[in-house]
Amino acid sequence: MFRATLKSLLARKLRLILSGLAVVLGVMFVSGAFVLTDTLGRSFDAVFADAYEGVDVNVSAKPTMEVGDFEGEAVAAPVPAETVERIQGVPGVADVTGVVAADGARLIGSNGKVVTSFGPPQLGMNWVGASDLVQLREGREPQADDEIVVNASLAKAGRVAVGDRVGVLTLEPKREFTIVGISGYSGGRDSIGGVNEIMFTTPVAQQLMLGQGDAYTNVTVTAADGVANDRLRDDVAAALGADFEVKTGAEVSADASATLKDGLSFFNRILLGFAAVALLVGTFLILNTFSIIVAQRTRELALMRAVGAGRRQIIGSVVLEAVAVGLLASVLGLGAGVGIGALLAYVFGNISGGLDLAGIAVPPAAVIGAFGVGLIITVVAALLPALRASRIPPIAAMQDVATPDRPLTKVTVAGAAVTATGATLLFLGLGGHAGGNTLVTILGGVLFAFIGVALLTPLVSRPVVALLGGIFSWWIPGKLGRLNSGRNPRRTAITAAALMVGIALVTGVTVILDSTKSSISGLAQDQIKAELVIGGAQTGPRPPTFDPAVLEKAAALPGVALVGGAYGDLAQVGDERTWVGANSDVLTLTQIFGARATAGDISRLGPDQMLVSSDVAASRGLSVGSTVPVQLARAEAKTYTVSGIYESDELLDPVTLPVTAAQGFTIPQPIAGFIQLTPGAEPADVLPRVETLLADSPEVSVADRETFIEQQTKPLDDLLRMIQILLLLAIVIAVLGIINTLALSVLERTRELGLLRAIGLGRAQTMGMITVEAVVISVFGALLGVAVGSGLGAAVVEALHDEGITDLVLPWADMGTMVGLGALVGVLAAVIPAVRAARIDVLGAIAHD
Amino acid sequence: MTATVGRQAQAAARASEVWKVYGSGEAQVVALRGVTCEFEQSRFTAIMGPSGSGKSTLMHCLAGLDSVTRGTVSIGETTVTGLGDAGLTKLRRDQVGFIFQQFNLLPTLTAKENILLPLSIAGRKPDPAWFDTVIETVGLQDRLDHRPAQLSGGQQQRVACARALVSRPQVIFADEPTGNLDSRAGAEVLKFLRNSVREHGQTIVMVTHDPTAAAYADRVVFLADGQIVSELIEPTAETVLDTMKKLDSQVEVGD
Repeated sequence: MFRATLKSLLARKLRLILSGLAVVLGVMFVSGAFVLTDTLGRSFDAVFADAYEGVDVNVSAKPTMEVGDFEGEAVAAPVPAETVERIQGVPGVADVTGVVAADGARLIGSNGKVVTSFGPPQLGMNWVGASDLVQLREGREPQADDEIVVNASLAKAGRVAVGDRVGVLTLEPKREFTIVGISGYSGGRDSIGGVNEIMFTTPVAQQLMLGQGDAYTNVTVTAADGVANDRLRDDVAAALGADFEVKTGAEVSADASATLKDGLSFFNRILLGFAAVALLVGTFLILNTFSIIVAQRTRELALMRAVGAGRRQIIGSVVLEAVAVGLLASVLGLGAGVGIGALLAYVFGNISGGLDLAGIAVPPAAVIGAFGVGLIITVVAALLPALRASRIPPIAAMQDVATPDRPLTKVTVAGAAVTATGATLLFLGLGGHAGGNTLVTILGGVLFAFIGVALLTPLVSRPVVALLGGIFSWWIPGKLGRLNSGRNPRRTAITAAALMVGIALVTGVTVILDSTKSSISGLAQDQIKAELVIGGAQTGPRPPTFDPAVLEKAAALPGVALVGGAYGDLAQVGDERTWVGANSDVLTLTQIFGARATAGDISRLGPDQMLVSSDVAASRGLSVGSTVPVQLARAEAKTYTVSGIYESDELLDPVTLPVTAAQGFTIPQPIAGFIQLTPGAEPADVLPRVETLLADSPEVSVADRETFIEQQTKPLDDLLRMIQILLLLAIVIAVLGIINTLALSVLERTRELGLLRAIGLGRAQTMGMITVEAVVISVFGALLGVAVGSGLGAAVVEALHDEGITDLVLPWADMGTMVGLGALVGVLAAVIPAVRAARIDVLGAIAHD
Repeated sequence: MTATVGRQAQAAARASEVWKVYGSGEAQVVALRGVTCEFEQSRFTAIMGPSGSGKSTLMHCLAGLDSVTRGTVSIGETTVTGLGDAGLTKLRRDQVGFIFQQFNLLPTLTAKENILLPLSIAGRKPDPAWFDTVIETVGLQDRLDHRPAQLSGGQQQRVACARALVSRPQVIFADEPTGNLDSRAGAEVLKFLRNSVREHGQTIVMVTHDPTAAAYADRVVFLADGQIVSELIEPTAETVLDTMKKLDSQVEVGD
């Protein structure tokens, strides 16, 4: 039995490779994800190990808030300068250095643009002298207040050199400095992990990066000879008391690395998501292939039964085939995954500005994941065909059984049930009734919906395929092709369903993002009463900012009625972390954003007062006169009194603090500015004047409202393109499925093709017939996908109605493109089978018995 | 070129000095050894011979389904030998019809669609009067909208016959047309084939190993060992059987 299975497997190499390819791709994503995160993780370990190389013990202050805002890092309070002296007095300490190092030092390059970063921080530091790790490559250390040293990677990115006069943006607006030196690192490296560094003199670094003198970000300690690091750590901790976090260099390095690795798990999830899509589509493909193989082998299997094989042996033989395919696919997928993982790691290293990659290794998770997923998917998909094979009666070996068209009742009922389950899950998940498992419920709902629709597809396929095929009926090969595609509804259905999944996902995502975009623009369009907007496109983790002085100057321009600069940050408000905003002019709320007061006065705001939205007021039981303690990222805790409540609105912050509080925000500069003109003033006249004011704020520009809205929604477009490209993979797999189905159909119908050729069907006509069959199947799949995707997308949009996504946009043009793509996919998929069909030897096809 | 003009019965298909050799070296099989034969128009010719005699090969070569190793084959005024795929396709559309042992109907099409298929493929309109005649002759008037699966074997073969006839080809090649039918259905099909020759002047070449079937033909050509060894005009089942017996004994002696 075993040998018979292997032989039949070898005899069907091609079709098994085709269906196995889907598994290969899925497994590739799974193992690629693990290889990528493993490689990057080890690279980060190495980076931080390097960065803390000379540090035996590190001292920092306890963070004022557990987690900060934009990057999710803890925002630590500064360490008072006198701590350095206190540490120096601890026995066993050899050397103590006060270090300033904070993200947000942005160099304006020689082209006048800010050097941006896609991930690694842009550190502003104090120069603490050369060490084993850091060396001056050129020039000297900074001595005067307007002198800086930049690291080599930043010098290259900004195209600046020693002696250049450059602008630097920090907590304060642009200031000019002279570059007096360029630093590098041991081993000839330009940067550690792609981090850009600007090193000031210590007082300047304290002022610009911490906003206060006499403080450090952290203090590093080296141990005297013979003193163990952890011993010293405990001694320093004991000397300083509970307000400080004291760790060994190795501990800090491990913690910092762990934080970044958490960020990486996001990549991992994305890749695993695509793996799931690939494998779902692959499951359809394998199910179909094995079904067809079993159907073709009916006689052979019956013969085996007739000569004494038991049902279990038949199931075993089919499952064994699946195991062999799964194993092979897993091995290939694992290999490809290692390659993809390495490639992505390389790309990531480059984008992030020169991360030194650790060697590629294959973590056990990648191997286990690859074989687990590959084998399980293949075997599960082959199980149904295997069961069917075991039900073939031995007598089938003797008769020429025309496989009767089994009724579709059972499969339709099952499909309806599964679809209903999926819809229920979606309803629960999207409606927020799923408790803590919203995401799992929604994903489960989508999965069930796909499987359910796939089961319903055979029923739908008859009328739809007939209708679609009608287009081709004027042409006899077209008519024959159409009839062929309607011949085996199950096969057509599964093949089309595989294509449906990819297209439905693309359509669904497009519906959601387009609706979001339209809702946001609509909202901004309708409600922002500002003719001009200052803002920039955010490229990294930090939003672009500008000099607050611009706001006052702009307000003084002729034709300008009101200027509102917006600040924002996450803060600890009472006992909850909440987004807080501040406006340079509190009138912005009512005049520009159209806020309506529900209690108190929202048109003025004292330095100790705060405004809250009606939602926040309701959920926390606040009313005018309530007092709330607020802890900002970079300020002492302070209690504010609620002086007004406004109606909640997507445009308005949940909590509004006075503009003086913005100095305590992580980014104490405005991130957007709204300019309302006096009646009759022309935006085109005011715009160039504001532009002039922004000369020293290169991260932002001023634009009319429409341009600003476009700018703000552009990231959504980019996101959409990215998702579409990745989901194309699912469509590619589906193409393999169509090729597979057609190739098998051609094989099955050899005699029929021979006959058609014998009665005069030309080669081109034969190819046309196969192509029409493919196009009908693929367009059917595309239509299904567009329908299901619109449905899913509309459901999500409906669920997000309360979040402000009020417009449902059905992307007709994109949907049309999808159907067009479906047709194209069909034509492409038909090429190989069509050529094979056209090459069929007429005599061989009809004469053999 | 037109040496046929003066003849009483013009040849619808002709084989001259046709050799067919399969394989090479040790495995070489010579299927036809210089066969020369003419099939007159409006005649019903049967090709007979023991299995392995080359009768099917001869028919395949005549119909342009198989190439010849040496010699030439022509149908009407078309020289089949040397035609490319496009030429062969055109030949099959316009000049040749086929009837197979396995009926070979398209399961997705109705009887009527199957019958009209060759014309549809060629992009020609059927002659309505001729179509009605054919349908009437084969007796399928009330079965036209049925699919092959709903028809009996005999009915399916009659559909196949109608399909071959409807385009009025120069010659119809029938390969064991009764091989899959019971004797009554077989007799019906054979009568119908003979009538189409007598009444409508159709040319039919039929390969068979059944003497009863061969007796419906106007002429029987006997093949043995790749050569034409005998011929009967106006055969009966008995004369055919006798000739076959003689051939068998010759072959045995030859061995």
